[in-house]
Amino acid sequence: MRSRTRRPAPRAAPALNIAFPIDMIATVLHRSLRRGAAALCLALAAPAFAQNALDDILAKKVLTVAIPTDSAPYGYVGTDLQPQGLDIDVANLIGAKLGVKVELVPVTSANRIPYLQTKKADLVISTLGKNPEREKVIDFTIAYAPFFQAVFGPKSLSVKTPADLAGKSIGVTRGAMEDQELAKIAPAGLDVKRFEDMNGTVSAYAAGQVQLMGVGASVAGNFMAKNPQVSTEFKLLLKDSPNHIGVAKGEDKLRVKVNEIIAAARASGELNKLCLKWLGRPIGDLPG
Amino acid sequence: MIALDFAPVLAEWPLLAKGVAVTLGLTATAAIAGVALGVACAWARLHGQPWLKAIVGAYVELIRNTPFIVQLFFIYFGLPGIGVKLSNETASVIAMVVNLGAYAAEIVRAGIATTPKGQIEAAQSLALSELQVFTRVVLPPSLQRVWPALVSQIIIVMLGSAVCGQISTNELSYAVNLIHSRNFRAFEATFVGTGIYLVLAMALRRLLNWAGPRFVFGR
Repeated sequence: MRSRTRRPAPRAAPALNIAFPIDMIATVLHRSLRRGAAALCLALAAPAFAQNALDDILAKKVLTVAIPTDSAPYGYVGTDLQPQGLDIDVANLIGAKLGVKVELVPVTSANRIPYLQTKKADLVISTLGKNPEREKVIDFTIAYAPFFQAVFGPKSLSVKTPADLAGKSIGVTRGAMEDQELAKIAPAGLDVKRFEDMNGTVSAYAAGQVQLMGVGASVAGNFMAKNPQVSTEFKLLLKDSPNHIGVAKGEDKLRVKVNEIIAAARASGELNKLCLKWLGRPIGDLPG
Repeated sequence: MIALDFAPVLAEWPLLAKGVAVTLGLTATAAIAGVALGVACAWARLHGQPWLKAIVGAYVELIRNTPFIVQLFFIYFGLPGIGVKLSNETASVIAMVVNLGAYAAEIVRAGIATTPKGQIEAAQSLALSELQVFTRVVLPPSLQRVWPALVSQIIIVMLGSAVCGQISTNELSYAVNLIHSRNFRAFEATFVGTGIYLVLAMALRRLLNWAGPRFVFGR
């Protein structure tokens, strides 16, 4: 749709450059309105999206990537106020292989999929796990890094099985994988408090507003390293969910191209090197 | 082009209904307590001892010159640091009351300040006590004068309560965000949420315009 509405613009532009007589503007407006309406009808009639994201990216020489800034070490803001982390390095790697400039857009767990749906981003590289609910609305590339979500809590609290969660309070990030996975195992009587982003979830745990937190391993690891005074340990595994790159539904050309790049980077050891650098462990076995 | 589909959003109507109920509950509590606090602060700023004037003045300036979300986060995430742990609902209500109190104080103070001097002197000459003069002679017409501004401020606080979802209070915007994080219908969910807020705000304005003359400053 984006390129369809945009196409008439270059043709209309020269007319607008002439001295701006009102009637001419009116004619141009009318003409573009009619074209717009025609394009709209066309788009409404066409069941699938046009697969032109890759062409657009190569033409503009800009790749827009949605990245996290609240999930160290995958994506966080460094002391120089610039985003950094594994996801940012992967974004730059893909940009370099495509030969285009990378534009980073910070997103939260809750809004990263809408960014893709509304084409505010070409790719989502944001600790995104694959699940059937998400596959209905966006497409995924092959995995590029390992990840797992779990319940973390203080040593004084005994949580060995999902049933032990009853009567306790837990913070999760709304729309994150933890939220959905927790819903599957949560017993009645578990008080789930949902926060907008990882920082909110972790702050609530640090402030003692929730007894437990359901977060990604990296977030918990980073929190434990920086807050040794807050007793925190691994309690329950929620899900092993390696990170995939999200692509808008139906953009198969772009997805196949990114898949090629990831497969090559996995084979060459480039991704393994990034995992060692940021996660301190090798990439391990990832699904296709 | 995004195909619109409202069905998955409307199917979650129990969540939306609960969100509306919580938003209204928060607003009702905050409006009553906040206006009462505002009146007390307005009195204190006009008639209090110098130390009381200074404290209330500092409170009003502090609240009116900082963002609501920062006040909310201070209460919810900050206060546990000194051992005051409040639930998310309590923290939301307190933040809203404290916020509305500061704005209402200035609005009510403006109303009181425009009371004709002769009216107060007439009341005094009838041997009314200072408290009677304030509650029976000065306050009702003052509230009547500033009622439209006060109603607007209450509505602003109700709309501002959307921020309370950030600390996991189950109000309307929290419900909307939760719904679209589950079914990814972000546009439809926010569209429905916007519509509900619009209706709530207009209904609340009518209710307050009706209730004001009857229960607050009427006779």
